[in-house]
This record gives sequence, C-alpha cells and structure tokens, in this order.
Amino acid sequence: MKKNSAFSRWFYGEKDTLLGKVEMKPQNGHAPRAGEIRELMEERRLIREHIYDVEDNQKLRLFHRLYQAAAVVFCLMLMLIMLVVVSWLPENGDPDNPVNNEVSARYIENGLQETGAVNIVTGMILDYRAFDTFGESNVLFISTVTVLILLHNKKKEKKTSAEGGMRADKSIYEENLILQKIAGILVPIIVIFGIYVILNGHLSPGGGFSGGAIIGAGLILYQNAFGFEKTERFFTEKTYKWVCFVSLTFYCLAKSYSFFTGANHLESGIPLGKAGAILSSGLILPLNICVGLVVACTMYTFFAMFRKGDF
Amino acid sequence: MSFVQNVPFFSIILSMFSGIVSSMLPAKAARWVNTCLIVAVGLMSGILLVYLTNTGEPFVYWMGHFPAPWGNEIRAGVLEAGMALFFCLIMFLSMIGGRRQLADEVAENRQNLYYILVDLLLSSLLALVYTNDLFTAYVFVEINTIAACGLIMIRQIGRTFEAALRYMIMSLLGSGLFLISLCMLYDLTGHLLMSNIKESVALLVAQQEYTVPLMTTIGLLCAGLAIKSALFPFHSWLPDAYGYSTVSSAAMLSSLVSKGYIFLLIKIFYRVIGFEIIAQSKIINVLFIFGLLGMIFGSMSAIQENDIRRMIAFSSVAQIGYIYMGFGLGTEAGMTASIFHIFSHAATKSLLFVAAVGLTDVSKGRREFIELTGSAYRNKMAGIAFTVGCLSMVGVPMFSGFVSKLLFAEASIGHAHKMLPAVLVLALSTILNAIYFMKTVIRIYVPDYRSDCKTITVKNQKVYALTLLCFMVLNVALGMLSKPIENWIHSGLAMFG
Repeated sequence: MKKNSAFSRWFYGEKDTLLGKVEMKPQNGHAPRAGEIRELMEERRLIREHIYDVEDNQKLRLFHRLYQAAAVVFCLMLMLIMLVVVSWLPENGDPDNPVNNEVSARYIENGLQETGAVNIVTGMILDYRAFDTFGESNVLFISTVTVLILLHNKKKEKKTSAEGGMRADKSIYEENLILQKIAGILVPIIVIFGIYVILNGHLSPGGGFSGGAIIGAGLILYQNAFGFEKTERFFTEKTYKWVCFVSLTFYCLAKSYSFFTGANHLESGIPLGKAGAILSSGLILPLNICVGLVVACTMYTFFAMFRKGDF
Repeated sequence: MSFVQNVPFFSIILSMFSGIVSSMLPAKAARWVNTCLIVAVGLMSGILLVYLTNTGEPFVYWMGHFPAPWGNEIRAGVLEAGMALFFCLIMFLSMIGGRRQLADEVAENRQNLYYILVDLLLSSLLALVYTNDLFTAYVFVEINTIAACGLIMIRQIGRTFEAALRYMIMSLLGSGLFLISLCMLYDLTGHLLMSNIKESVALLVAQQEYTVPLMTTIGLLCAGLAIKSALFPFHSWLPDAYGYSTVSSAAMLSSLVSKGYIFLLIKIFYRVIGFEIIAQSKIINVLFIFGLLGMIFGSMSAIQENDIRRMIAFSSVAQIGYIYMGFGLGTEAGMTASIFHIFSHAATKSLLFVAAVGLTDVSKGRREFIELTGSAYRNKMAGIAFTVGCLSMVGVPMFSGFVSKLLFAEASIGHAHKMLPAVLVLALSTILNAIYFMKTVIRIYVPDYRSDCKTITVKNQKVYALTLLCFMVLNVALGMLSKPIENWIHSGLAMFG
C-alpha cells in the first residue's frame, strides 16, 4: 500500500476522498427564533395534557376499561382451558398410569443398592440426576449474584447513609428482651436440627435443600433478635464468598470426577459403605453438606440484602 | 469411546466452574478467565464439529454412572456442535466489542459479577444446546433467565431497572408455561428423556389417546418459549431491554439468549414431539400468523423509533417473526431457512449493536437520529460496519441476510396454503426493513461538520475496529458460503432423527 494513496489517507483519517467530490448539499441548519422553543414546549405540554388526561379523555378511558376487561377474559379463558385439560389427564393414583413405568421401578427397587442411600429421593437427586441438582445450586448462586447487583451498597456510602439506621437498630434491639431470650433458646435448637436434617439426608427425609433452609431461618431469627452487630462477627461478605466458593467448587470437582468416570465407563472407586450408617452412600453426604451450606448462606444473604443492603 | 466425546461435558462444566471461581477474583482476572473460557470452549466445539462431521454419527454422553432414563444424559450431533461454536464466536466478539462501554457503564465493584453472569450464561446456553432431557433443559432455562436479567440491570439507570422488571415478569411467565407443559408431558408419557417421550408420543398419536391434553401441552410449550424469545405479541419487554442495557449485554441478549430458546424449541420439535406430528398439528399455523404479524409490526415500530438502539431492538422483533414464520411452514425447507436465519440474524444484530455504539460515541453519547448526522465520517469503521449490517438486514446479495430471505422464499414457494401470505409479507417486510435501515445509513453519511464532537479513527481503537472487521467477515462468509452451511444444517437435522 502506498504511503500517500487515497486509501491510506482515508484509513488514517486525514482526508475523506468522497467529501467535496460527490454531489452533496448539507441542509441549512434550522435556527429557531427566540420564543419559538418555548411556544413549541407549551404546545407539546398542552397536547400531552390533553392526551393523558384520563379524566376527560374518552378514548383513553375506554382503552383502559377494555384492557382490563380483556385481561380478565384472557385469564378466565386460560383457566378454563387448563381445567378442561386437567380433566382429560390420566386419573390420579391409577396403577396403570404411564408414570408408573420402568424408571420409577428401578429407582425404588435398585436405588438402595446402586446409590447406598436409604432415602430414595436423595439418592435420585444427588446420584442418578446429580447434574440437574448441580444446575439448581447454580440457580441459587446466580440469583444471589443478581440480588447483589441490585441491592448491594458500596461500603463507603454505607457509613453516612446507614449510620442513622444502625443507631435506631441498636435501641430497638436493646428493648426487645423477650425476643432475645426466646431466640437465645430457639436458635441453637433450630441450627442443630438443620444440621441433623442435612447430615441424615441420605437416611431419612430431608437433605441439603431443606436442612439449609432451616439453618438459614435460624440465622435470620438470630439477626432479628440481636441485630447486625452480632451477626457481623461471624457472617460477613467474606464468609459468604468463601463458603459458597468452597462448597460449589467441591460439588463441581467431585461430580465432574463422577460424571467423567461414569461416561467413560470407569470405576469411580468411591465406596458406598454400609447402608444405614451415617458414613455411607459415597458422595451423597458431602454433597448434601455443600448444598446445605449454599442454601443457608443464600437465604441469609437475601435477607441481609433486602434489610440493609450489606452483610 | 473417543476422548473428543467428552467435549460437551467439559464445555458445560468448565463454564460453570469459571463462574464459581470468578466470584473470588477481581474484575480484571475475571475478565481474563471469561475470555479464555470462551476461546477454549469455542476451540473444543470446533474440534467436536470436525470429529462429528467425520464420523457422521451423533452420540449420547452419560452424566454419571447410570444409563439414560435413570441418570442424566447429554447428546451431541453436528448441529449442536456447530451451534456451540457459533455461540462462542458471537459471545467473544460481543464481549470484546463492548469492553470499553462496560468499563464506563458498570460500577467497578460489580464488574466481576458481570463476568460471573456471562460465564453462567454460556454454560446455560451450552446446556440448552446439548441437553437430551427436558428437565435439565428447564433447570438451565432458569439460569439463562436470571443471568439475562442481571445482564440488563447491571447498568444501573432507571430504564434498565424497568426493563429488567418487565423482562423478569414476561420471562417467568414463559418459564411457568414451559414447566406446566413439562409436567403434563411427564404425566402423559412417564418420561423426561427426549427420545423416550418421542416414542410414547408417537404411540399416543397412533392410538388417538389423550389428543386434547397432548395438543394443549405442545401449545403451551410453544407459547412459553415464544414468550421467552419475544415473538410478536409478547415483545413488549424487548425494546427497553435491548435499548438501554450495556452494549455487550444487548448484543448477547438479542443474538444468543433468544436464539438459545429458539434452538431448544427446534430440538423439542424434532426430538420430543416428532416433526411429522408438529407439521400436521394446527399449532404451527398460529406460529405462522404471529410470525407474519411480527414481521410487519416489528418493522413498523422500528420506523417510528427515534432512538437508534431501540430501532435495532425493534428490528429484532421482525427478525424473530421471520424465524417463527419458517417454523410455521412446517416443512424441512422452512426449518432449514429458520436455522440459517438464526445464524444470520445473530451475526448481523450483534454487529449492528456494536457498530451503533461507535456512532453514538462520536455524537456525545446521544442516540437520536438528528444527533447522529454525519457520525459515519467521525468514526469511519463503525460507519462501514453499520452499513454492512444494514445491507445484510435488508437482504442485499453477498451478505447473510440475503441468503436467509432467499431460503424463506424458496421454502414458501409451492406450499399449499401458505405460499401467498408468506411471499407477500416477505416482500413487504423487506421494503419496510429498507425504509428504516437505509434512512439510518443516509443519515449517518450526510456530511455535517461538528467541531464539538470527537473523532475516532481506526488507530485510536484498534481492538474495536478489528472486532467490527471480524463481524463483517463473518457476515460475508455466511452470505457467500451458504450452500455448505445449508448442507450442513440438513445433515444436522437428519442427525436429530
């Protein structure tokens, strides 16, 4: 390419070859005279007032009415369609229903042997269909991320704007003796129950999701009774980040190993243990703990974000 | 089993893992992780595509130690691998092209969250592409929805909050309909795995059992995914969401998120319900009519728009209408045209969004047409790229838009009832497209010497110019290599089986 060719000059933005050669006539700029803009604005305001004057504008009122009526009719129609469809579906509880097929039969008959979990549901969600469950824990993770985007205040702003709120908080918390005494008794029990539900997820009804929700509820009760000053001693943004990171990473790596070996038809080498023992059923127990931690942290984080915008 | 067959699993897990790791990283490191991830997944998908083209056989991949109806399973064919590669390509270019705006428009303490969202968005798109199980699809539809919402509102101005709220409401309605139809399909067939449902549905149709609930289920499924991909009467969330979010988000939302849902719908047509059953049902007629209406009304709204970003957004409504019109024809040729239009629209729309930002940047950030006068002289690369995008959208030969319009016209010629409306609306829509796109091109090339606006040359923003160049090359490549791509889509559809 020549240094001074038309293209290179165009390319480096020195001269536009088309400018001045092609027939083009710039339009004369429209300079509004004094007062014209104000007139136009006034006109525009009047028009807007006239159009959006719901009281007197017949057409607009009619439209709103029609809109509401149409919405109601539409919803009723949808409900009607759904009701009709439900009446056509297979009868509930019939043993010949298509749902009672080889899929559920294998879960029920071989679930214990194949996964080592006494609780078939846990065996199903954390072993047979662990990929879906990993997706679900990522749903929790990403929803916390979006809540953080929406509600998380900057640290510097907090000191000025939330200081008043914090002081008010303090006085409230000092007065609430009854709540504090009862929470002092209840919170340990709730948290221990939550831990029990998580740890026994593969043996009895429960598991990571329900146990985590219980622990999260316990944390929220504790916060309500004692205020953010107390919870900040053990639960900050850093705690949340680390807990979520460690549990999701463990889930991801452990399950990747299991998916990889499974798909390539290799032995995973993870012992299933003796059915019914607390240390049994392979990866299910640690995965339950991970899910439980993620759920508990997510619940508390949502609460803290909506309450204060910070941890 | 060949090692290459691990690629779908690696790409999904890797993108999820990058999202998790990014939560601990500062913004800059998260950006690097994100770029490397997209490149790595793109390369892997390319290798998988070559492998699948050579073997010519799709394969299933167990996610765990249990075979399909019990455990989870993913599946890959030529079309899936190609789609994954294409999604990575578009995502890479959109992220690079919008990097400058991202730094300006997103608060610093939220930037690493943006990359988490993008990582997880990629994982959900890949999962929607590769899934062989309807429930897995639903889980990743949820991730996709939430990620898209975050992408809209991370630029924190009032309009984006409103847009995100609207998007949330409409999109959750779509998810809800999808979930309801999923439950009913499970009730009728007892399966969640795509191939097993297809067998049971074929049996039900042959025995004429459960016709009413089956058809309603399919209808709800289509409606749910149509809402999520902004088919015409459900498009009210779209203009603000695409128009005010930061430019990478807008490009990805228009060319990836909605296309992910459309690809899922195609997959459901072929692998869950069976294409013959869909083609004989009345449901595609509804899709056809809404597609036609979208083609006209989307363009009409775009003509009335005075904001360049919103105009491009409204043009998406028209283009989604084209895709559904192709579904509505109910023939293999219509399907091929629709899939080609997915590619061509994704490549063109992200180009337009990225180029439009270059034009508004040299007009003091204003997006009204009057302010954009002569902006193509102030930012030449963006001007050329925008013109290329417009020509492609209008359907000028050599560019990708022409091929998809040609394919649509070919598909509708000879169709029993739908030939006349399809061809007429196609012609009308092309004229409408030309009106608003050519109006913009003329506007940006009207000479107007404004000393108060800065000028951006190629030398100032090399990466941005290179991105636009890549987009243009992609567009021309799609337009010139249409025959191999068409053949490849045919073989991909055959692999859906």
